[in-house]
Amino acid sequence: MSNQLEPLADPGLPHHVHRKADTDPAAEKRAERQVSILFLLSTAGTLLFIYSFIWIPTDLFVFVPLLGNINAHNLGIGAGLGFALFFIGAGAVHWAKTLMPDEEVIAQRHQMRSSDEDRASFVETVKAEAGKVQLGRRSMIKRSLGLALGLVGLSPIILLRDLGPLPEQRLLKTTWDKGVRIVTDPGNRPMKPEDLEVGAIAHVLPQIDDPEHRKLSDIAKDAAILIRVRPAELKLSEERMSWTHEGIIAFSKICSHMGCPVALYEQQTKHLLCPCHQSTFDVPTGAKVIFGPAARPLPQLAITVDSEGYLVAAAPFDEPVGPSFWERNI
Amino acid sequence: MAPTLLVVGLFLIGGIYSIAATPNNATASNARSALIEEGKNIFLRGCSSCHGLNAEGGKVAPSLIGVGAASVDFQVATGRMPMGDMSVQAMRKKPVYNAQEIAALAAYVASLAPGPAIPTAEQLDYERDGNIAEGGELFRTNCAMCHNAAAQGGALTAGKYAPTLMGVEPVHIYEAMITGPQAMPVFGDRAITPEEKLSIIKWVKSVESEGNFAGASLGKVGPVTEGLVAWVVGIGSLIAIAVWLATKAR
Repeated sequence: MSNQLEPLADPGLPHHVHRKADTDPAAEKRAERQVSILFLLSTAGTLLFIYSFIWIPTDLFVFVPLLGNINAHNLGIGAGLGFALFFIGAGAVHWAKTLMPDEEVIAQRHQMRSSDEDRASFVETVKAEAGKVQLGRRSMIKRSLGLALGLVGLSPIILLRDLGPLPEQRLLKTTWDKGVRIVTDPGNRPMKPEDLEVGAIAHVLPQIDDPEHRKLSDIAKDAAILIRVRPAELKLSEERMSWTHEGIIAFSKICSHMGCPVALYEQQTKHLLCPCHQSTFDVPTGAKVIFGPAARPLPQLAITVDSEGYLVAAAPFDEPVGPSFWERNI
Repeated sequence: MAPTLLVVGLFLIGGIYSIAATPNNATASNARSALIEEGKNIFLRGCSSCHGLNAEGGKVAPSLIGVGAASVDFQVATGRMPMGDMSVQAMRKKPVYNAQEIAALAAYVASLAPGPAIPTAEQLDYERDGNIAEGGELFRTNCAMCHNAAAQGGALTAGKYAPTLMGVEPVHIYEAMITGPQAMPVFGDRAITPEEKLSIIKWVKSVESEGNFAGASLGKVGPVTEGLVAWVVGIGSLIAIAVWLATKAR
């Protein structure tokens, strides 16, 4: 039994170490001064805040290393208030740590459960009080209270109505339709094929009667891009080729992954890149996905020119634009 | 009598004009061909090994026929050409040629086939013809996705990037839009009118000179640096304060 270890003896509580400020009057004075200095720094911060707010002009810029050319008014307000609050806290903490009573107290743990007598008397009190308010006798009050409480409980469900109304056809259809002119965004100028050089990209929207009040919810699905390449560079099926015009090809600008505007166009590689998740679409092959999380090519818009030579949509998009949703079946 | 007088008069005026004007024209035309000749010499020495003896292009470099003077001015005056190393992207660096040599090169390339010309100072008066608000709107639709919403530049694919527009000469911003250098697409004068281009330049210049209204801009690249600072500096100092709070004073 020689290899059996002795259980460790209870080491007891550690010896209480007194702080310097408790034993040395000079240290105590020093700590007191330090706390006051911290509070005075806070005062200076507040004064800086007041001074900046009233007397520093709002258009004054100063150069501060690391921050650059910065507005002095806002800097003074922010820094002043920041110092004011920080140094009150710092002073209070330093005060508590160095000067406030340094007593160690042992708090024993108790059971959380109340004693049996307390529990029984609680139940008794509740029953007695319930009898006094006569809930059992006043059934009209009881029922109407039940109704009121029940309805209040239901009210959050009513708020869910704001999730609607249902989109109906709006996710499937855009403003683009046969014969709708293609206009620049911004500017709303109709475009002709000769407006685009080879290697050019144009951000476009469908022409509407009141372009000043175009709805954001419409722009979010109508936004499209025109890209001009040499016709021989396009590698498309015959049908898709007929959707282009003299090397000008149009795509929805809304990413088929999460709906970001796909508009980083590299004219040398002819790649379209989505800035959100780096989905990369290859323009000559009809915006086929060559990298990234997008699952479908960008929808291609069939375009042609009208009798006056302006670029128009030849047909609406043949599939819903933008990211997938439950009811999307193509 | 009157018709004869008129004819004589017209001949007289025409004759005087041609005597007065011919020498000037000839001088200008001579100066121009001298410039083209000088440009051709610089081209043969400095550019032809990649772009071909007649600027017809080669395996590693595109044809320069029809790219215009604006393209030459942009590429050479910003130091992008001559390229030096064949990395994915020609970078902005100290120009190799001086203004006179660049003008000669531009004149030579422009003489090969018509192409976009260098915009004149009159065409570039963005302070007069530009509109900052319109420029901001145009920039956000057409440029911000590559060059960043505050024109600070951004990454493209496979090591390429859209450079920052801070400190770029207005003439070079304009030339970049009309010529579409490297990965950048062309923004022709009918897709974005010259006036709209000046608005864009005016907006970029206003971003450049604008101070920070609220705190450090952190490179104006948005949530990446802001998040980094919040996590490292912000949470770091909270941890430091927590440690200070919990240590017992001595």
